Amino acid sequence: MSTSVEIKDLSLNYGTVTVLDRLNLEVGKGEFIVLLGPSGCGKSTLLNCIAGLLDISAGQIFISGKNVTWDEPKDRGIGMVFQSYALYPQMTVEKNMSFGLRVAGMPKPEVDARVKRAAEILQLESLLQRKPVELSGGQRQRVAIGRALVRDVDVFLFDEPLSNLDAKLRNDLRVEIKRLHHRLKNTMIYVTHDQIEAMTLADRIAIMKNGVIQQLADPHTIYNKPTNLFVAGFIGSPSMNFIRGDLTGGALNIDGASIPLANYEFKAPMNGAAVLGVRPEHVVVGEEAQKMPFQVESEIEIVEPMGADTIAWTKLGGQSLTFRADAEVRLVPGQKVLIGFDPGRGSVFNGESGERI
Amino acid sequence: MSSVSLPAGIEPSGPRPRHVTATRIGIYAFLLIAALFFLIPLIVMIMTSMKSMSEIRGGNIFALPMQPTLDYWVKAWSSACTGRDCYGLAPGFFNSVKITVLSVPVSIVIAMINGYALSFWRFRGSELMFAILLFGAFVPFQVLVYPIIFGLSRVGLFGTLPGIVIVHTIFGMPILTLLFRNFFASLPVELFKAARVDGAGFWRIFFSVMLPMSVPITIVAVILQVTGIWNDFIFGLVFAGRENMPMTVQLNNIVRTSTGTVEYSTNMAATVLTGAVPLIVYFVSGKWFVRGIAAGAVKG
Ligand SMILES: Nc1ncnc2c1ncn2[C@@H]1O[C@H](COP(=O)(O)OP(=O)(O)O)[C@@H](O)[C@H]1O
Ligand SMILES: [Mg+2]
Repeated sequence: MSTSVEIKDLSLNYGTVTVLDRLNLEVGKGEFIVLLGPSGCGKSTLLNCIAGLLDISAGQIFISGKNVTWDEPKDRGIGMVFQSYALYPQMTVEKNMSFGLRVAGMPKPEVDARVKRAAEILQLESLLQRKPVELSGGQRQRVAIGRALVRDVDVFLFDEPLSNLDAKLRNDLRVEIKRLHHRLKNTMIYVTHDQIEAMTLADRIAIMKNGVIQQLADPHTIYNKPTNLFVAGFIGSPSMNFIRGDLTGGALNIDGASIPLANYEFKAPMNGAAVLGVRPEHVVVGEEAQKMPFQVESEIEIVEPMGADTIAWTKLGGQSLTFRADAEVRLVPGQKVLIGFDPGRGSVFNGESGERI
Repeated sequence: MSSVSLPAGIEPSGPRPRHVTATRIGIYAFLLIAALFFLIPLIVMIMTSMKSMSEIRGGNIFALPMQPTLDYWVKAWSSACTGRDCYGLAPGFFNSVKITVLSVPVSIVIAMINGYALSFWRFRGSELMFAILLFGAFVPFQVLVYPIIFGLSRVGLFGTLPGIVIVHTIFGMPILTLLFRNFFASLPVELFKAARVDGAGFWRIFFSVMLPMSVPITIVAVILQVTGIWNDFIFGLVFAGRENMPMTVQLNNIVRTSTGTVEYSTNMAATVLTGAVPLIVYFVSGKWFVRGIAAGAVKG
């Protein structure tokens, strides 16, 4: 797979505040990359740098093999979709979509053909003569996508495009964006703070914190082999259980129990303070628990029925532990149950640095 | 309030009945009195302008005119004496129209571009530029009168129509730029970014995206400038030159030119005529004018 977007040692400061510090990222042609991270971590800033809307402090940006570091946004071969849609309020849908082409001085027949094609793809044909105020949120965002679509660019940049929509529309449009990517096969860089969007859309996810990419990997790896405590805690809902203890002789010793880590694949074995991360859905109860390498009797504290399944809260060695149980399993607060899990499926982190070991 | 017991048999349902309360009556009474208070001078002026001199001398200023006449209005407009000339206010009116019609668009167009550039095209020192411009709003203009006379004389524009237009443009600039900058700053910056990605440059974004959105704020600016420039006295007096004296200066001349007795009726008619343009602007523009005042409140 050839490279579509390459970012080399990109830094960006606002005055004395460094938002991005020597960031490197390589995006393959046709790849769907999601930048995921908490609010304020620099995702939009990175996207704006790629688009050429911010003057970078250091580094280089290549798009389709061309150094675009000093190029104007329009010369970078990118299209951008914003959270607030940013439609031109006085123009009709058609004029909104064709604006970029008209600015570029494209002949009218070709402009019309491209708008028609984009409108077809996005099912906007019947809305072409409307103004943005006469559209619903979902329709507005489709127009915003159409505006990027008509320009026939190599790279699409999305900045939280679904954040202003209600839950149902968000799901619908998410699928639509995925479908669009399958059809067009453009490179897409997609910013969000919503992990569901990231997991469902991405070929690879870049998890960011304080302007630094923590982990760049496919969703499966991100979910199952998080590289540090931040990534482990950020992805997954309810979030991963962290069990702090002392790692000696291949077992994690906690208050009143020892969790064997014999079948865990250590990257760098060590002794000392460590954290075992266990996904709530990897913890099982009752009969199934008896088959697990680690089992313990514990008392249910709180039960949250979610419909499809039930989230239960309990304690392990004095530390809080949540698990996801089948909705059919009857659980009540105060009940004593046997829980168990396979520590080999978990993640072990260095207790000091928080890095995966 | 909710604990008030209802008469038996009445079950609350549907819209709550509205009662005329003492508070409400009080508020309306106050508003009415306040409105009258500000209307009375205007009413007295209009009534007086329609009375003959003998009636004014003998009567009460609040009395209705016994034989209303428009003669004094005609005189004020076309034949009252301003110093040696006796052409009435008409020449002043047309001078004011010329000054306003030229100054308003020029100052607004420049301020709009300033505000747009300062909000979206931040350049090194743009904040400083804006601060200096704002500072301009607080410099007493009397301080600047002589330097500007000097400057305009040097380029031969002192006492000319372009001269007074330039002066109005300069003095309107701080407040108008502030008005437009704040307006543009309130627009989502993503709109500007989207237009940049679409390949539009400084002017294209200005004309295709920003200008169509600026109609309401431009109306406010027009109101602010029309009333401000029409009511101006000192700049007109100093900079316009004899040929272009605005209506306010002519009015002053009429009122102060005494040929024997003071003709109150003519003076009143002339005053109302001069104030007619801002008055009409106020009445026609209604809510826009209120916004203009709110925006101009920073003017102090
Ligand atoms: N114009 C600016 N001046 C100073 N700091 C800014 C500016 N814009 C953004 N920042 C800071 O940069 C950081 C990253 O912002 P942003 O990229 O918008 O985050 P997000 O990941 O939520 O999109 C934030 O901490 C924000 O406070
Ligand atoms: Mg953001």
